[in-house]
Amino acid sequence: MKILVCISHVPDTTSKINFTDGDTKFDTNGVQFVINPNDEFGLTRAMWFKEKQGASVDVANVGGPETEPTLRKALAIGADNAIRVNTEATDGFYVARQLAKVIQDGGYDLVIAGRESIDYNGGMVPGMISALTGANFVNTCIGLEVEGDTATVIREIDGGKETSTAKLPLIVGGQKGLVEESDLRIPNMRGIMMARKKPLTVVEPIEANQETKAVQFQKPTPKGEVTLVDPDNVDQLVALLHNEAKVI
Amino acid sequence: MSILVYTESEGQKFKKAAFEVASYAKEVAAMLGTTVTAVSINGGDSSELGAYGVDKVLEIKNDKLSTFNAKAYADAIKQAAVQEGAKVVVVSSTADSKFLAPLLAVHLNAGYASNVVGLPESTSPFKVKRTAFTNKAFNVTEIPTDVKVIGLSNNAFGLKENAGSAASEAFEPSLSDDDFGVQVTAVDKATDKVSIADAEIVVSGGRGLKGPENWGMIEELADVLGAATACSKPVSDMGWRPHSEHVGQTGKPVASNLYIAVGVSGAIQHLAGINASKVKVVINNDPEAPFFKAADYGIVGDAFEVVPKLIEKLKEFKSNNA
Repeated sequence: MKILVCISHVPDTTSKINFTDGDTKFDTNGVQFVINPNDEFGLTRAMWFKEKQGASVDVANVGGPETEPTLRKALAIGADNAIRVNTEATDGFYVARQLAKVIQDGGYDLVIAGRESIDYNGGMVPGMISALTGANFVNTCIGLEVEGDTATVIREIDGGKETSTAKLPLIVGGQKGLVEESDLRIPNMRGIMMARKKPLTVVEPIEANQETKAVQFQKPTPKGEVTLVDPDNVDQLVALLHNEAKVI
Repeated sequence: MSILVYTESEGQKFKKAAFEVASYAKEVAAMLGTTVTAVSINGGDSSELGAYGVDKVLEIKNDKLSTFNAKAYADAIKQAAVQEGAKVVVVSSTADSKFLAPLLAVHLNAGYASNVVGLPESTSPFKVKRTAFTNKAFNVTEIPTDVKVIGLSNNAFGLKENAGSAASEAFEPSLSDDDFGVQVTAVDKATDKVSIADAEIVVSGGRGLKGPENWGMIEELADVLGAATACSKPVSDMGWRPHSEHVGQTGKPVASNLYIAVGVSGAIQHLAGINASKVKVVINNDPEAPFFKAADYGIVGDAFEVVPKLIEKLKEFKSNNA
């Protein structure tokens, strides 16, 4: 089984979010970048398929040379090959078209991409690559098994979960649940050394339209001080929620 | 051209999110000087949509679509959009709508903006405001494509009634076997509980509750308020509560009208996931807990004393206002 894990290069979850150039660009100054958490759950699940079922695992990213350390980290975790599509990830549709090309060229049986990146939160790339390649697709996936050419997939739905089966090739929008937090792997020294020697192929982008454009960023207006209520006067909280906040 | 809105239903009843996207579509239609067409798949009573501004309902009744199937649903909605010549298609942010929207966008060759929080800032060029960086920022997105797909964030717009009536029309999309490559074999869903996505009020518990055996009062508080229950990441990691209740950056996003956090310290990842909620209340015995900086109302106190009192006072309030 040939697996591709799509990797988004995103600011670490605790990063300060600021913008530059008249609030048109994300300020990367002092920001540490990581593998998108939703992708990392998928990558870790892919490692399981590699170890238990002999799958090969490639990782791909759409981005400039500055994203290579993130791909190297994925290699250090255990992916076999990395592919970087050398272009700026301008919008989800554009990224999906680039990845669809990588998928068609690579002939993958299973593609795992995070359900959304934690920076732009578009939540569209996995679905779009399925529509572009014609492969089956399951989003918000929290369980994945493959037997022969058939996958059994558990999807998180509002208020529960749903199990389905689908033939490969399959695209999965992954998230926590594919593996648990405690299953995530920190690359060890051997992995890091080996990652340096693993192939990282740079491919040039195909011509594609950018269908949406992030024209401006805004930070939420700072909120006022919290109104504290005395624990012996819970009545007051009920009154505030009713009369002032008007939410009950 | 009209605005097309996908009005989601469950058990042949429209979801609240369906009325919200209809209300939103009505105002977008007013900005563009056009009408609203809803597409309903094995849906509820179409006249209910008229009350939220829908002019016409394309009713799809098809046994093959009795279980949600993203590819087939996206195909059906696409055919409706093409028939109506829709330039703007609006969907909600339920798990199912977020599942099908990217497929729909590809089929329509449309730019897609998800997590949209308000009416377009302008219609030419077409610009909408959406959340980004997991609620730590907003981002104004321009959609230059001929057809646009908008995913409206839940509870972002609210319900707006319109005295109108909707004409309904049968619609029969042509579906292929290829649409049914994913076959649902089992659905496991608590039907008696409010889901986090649908909820107007969410009550959430954190590590401060000390153990899963203490969740009774969280459930009771949620019950009194008609709220959904949620939990912080450590709580779901330790297996005290199911993963489906985990809210935060890697869990479910919450955009409720009221969010009550009990014994949750307020880690940055947790706050990011719930920041879109309008009013936040925190109950925590540690006055230094970061959640107090993010909350609108707070009680510094022992949850095991405060929550039972709050339940009692809310019950009194409910019976006085019933």
